[in-house]
Amino acid sequence: MTVTILYFASLRESLSRSQESLELPPACDTLGALRQHLAARGGVWEALLAPRIQMARNQVLVRESAVLSADDEIAFFPPVTGG
Amino acid sequence: MSIVVQQNDFDSGAELAALGAKSGVGAVASFIGFVRGAHIIAMSLEHYPGMTENSLADTEAQARQRWNLSDVRIIHRVGRLLQGEQIVFVGVASAHRGDAFAACEFIMDDLKTRAPFWKCEETAEGAQWVDARESDQAARERWGHS
Repeated sequence: MTVTILYFASLRESLSRSQESLELPPACDTLGALRQHLAARGGVWEALLAPRIQMARNQVLVRESAVLSADDEIAFFPPVTGG
Repeated sequence: MSIVVQQNDFDSGAELAALGAKSGVGAVASFIGFVRGAHIIAMSLEHYPGMTENSLADTEAQARQRWNLSDVRIIHRVGRLLQGEQIVFVGVASAHRGDAFAACEFIMDDLKTRAPFWKCEETAEGAQWVDARESDQAARERWGHS
């Protein structure tokens, strides 16, 4: 299945990428699995594994146990600093 | 709309007047956040369009569940703001001041830990992303889980 992945703020700068569309391998069925899959690219991508990184699925904050569906919009970002 | 995310500045006085104008309102409590710090030239706010509005709406919904509120208004600016400019407005109208005060503080504590905005500060030394603060997380945790 294909998902869209968005990156924000300092994470976007580290990865030099604001978004991508990705066809997932069958084993990549949870957000945690996706995170591992992306981190396996190595180098700067390992920053995704930092515990402080937050994740959203279809614009809702979720934990890595969240199950993925086709056409999901996934987002990874540093801790928020609004207000 | 009670939730607004925008680049433009807002008129706090007009917002307060609008909140107080409705019948049954006995109390209006509010908060305004400003770009603060003598060393800061400007602050840029990045956000996640769509999710910011959803998150703020959820914060309002939580506040309405906990307290008796007649009206809630949340305005959060994005883009590049100069030192001293307004960033955020939270206004709450209620029959009673206890609910208004508590809801206003809760809304700020909640949005500071959940709403997807990220601040980048410009100083004479350059631009740097602001770190999230543990004190903000602690402030939210005071209110317990919904």
